[in-house]
Amino acid sequence: MTWTRHDYEDIPGTYVFDGRHAHAAYPLNKLLFSLNSEDNRKQLERDPAAYCDKYGVTGEFKELVLTKNFLGMLRAGANIYYLAKMAIPRGTSVQDAGAAFQGISTQEFQAKLLAKGAGLRERLAKRGGYWNG
Amino acid sequence: MARIIGGVTSSHIPAVGNAIANNLTQEPYWKRFFDGYEPAKRWLRERHPDVVIVVYNDHGLNFFLDKVPTFALGCADVYHNADEGWALAPVAPFKGDAQFSWHIAESLVQQDFDICTCQEMKVDHGFVNPLRALYGTCDPWPVTTIPLAVNTVQHPVPSANRCYRLGHALRRAIESYPDDLSVVVLGTGGLSHQLQGERAGLIDVEFDLECMDKIANDPEWMTHFSNSEIMRRTGTEGIETIMWLVMRGALQSNVKVVHKHYHAPISNTGAGVLVLENYN
Repeated sequence: MTWTRHDYEDIPGTYVFDGRHAHAAYPLNKLLFSLNSEDNRKQLERDPAAYCDKYGVTGEFKELVLTKNFLGMLRAGANIYYLAKMAIPRGTSVQDAGAAFQGISTQEFQAKLLAKGAGLRERLAKRGGYWNG
Repeated sequence: MARIIGGVTSSHIPAVGNAIANNLTQEPYWKRFFDGYEPAKRWLRERHPDVVIVVYNDHGLNFFLDKVPTFALGCADVYHNADEGWALAPVAPFKGDAQFSWHIAESLVQQDFDICTCQEMKVDHGFVNPLRALYGTCDPWPVTTIPLAVNTVQHPVPSANRCYRLGHALRRAIESYPDDLSVVVLGTGGLSHQLQGERAGLIDVEFDLECMDKIANDPEWMTHFSNSEIMRRTGTEGIETIMWLVMRGALQSNVKVVHKHYHAPISNTGAGVLVLENYN
């Protein structure tokens, strides 16, 4: 039994969410998906361990949920969109997560993003045809 | 006969909906991004399409990972928005057109696109935010909508080429419907962004602009890229750009470029608006 290799696996710093991750982290993603419901969010708050048990989230995955280790969950195969259902209401944005992956502060991460837009109007003018307000 | 008058593209990131809901659209961070929607809004007001087909991906509201359809079409008379886990108030429901949807589904399957039909379909920010950016937050919404969901979340996802061909089939499906409807296809998501991993925060402005220009005038260019190549250049979430090709494939090969708007960064993404019009 072998996981098929893919030519996206050597993209640096990148975890493509495919069958391999989806399979390994299926119970965790199922727990995260359940948080669309307010009742479920309250249940998780009240008794996180019991909530993990209910969804079959065990071992390393359960530990990550109990310690609210969002970065660890992503590395273990949580889908970023599903993780957002747990992380965002707890004050962790996707930018916080991106910063943590790089070991920098969220402010530094945001500054790096803003730098990508440097000279944008000039670049658009050079290409032509763009609205450039 | 139903006819496609044009296509529009828009980012669909959650931050766009939050900015609208919190009245931040004229704040310095957001102003240029939203101001660039004005010509697109004007075009929609003037051309007044009866139906907008929204090509988007679900982010875990309607679909879970237990069943992941590659392409799924809403075939209902109404579509509801709902809590995605962030406890935000849902927007008003969207009016669908079940007869038109079922016609499209039948035509697509006849053309070998074995689409998943959905008689109940909750629509998330991927569907809602582009409509909010283009029409404002309305109750009721001023246009009939049909959701067309593409899996861009769990690989394998369809190729750029496959999405473009789906657009061709969608055009034939629309143009074979007897009712006199004017239709706009809205391609959402993109452009470059990556949310996870050490490479998070990737934005490739040059590639984004190349994509916008090529999708407008030479869309076959984009269909030669594999998904791995697209992700390498535009990030894992940049793969959403393949949904623009569904829109583009539904239009004529030569189109009038009514409006092009690009802004970066918005949250973690490069964001592009295209308004393309068929010549007849």
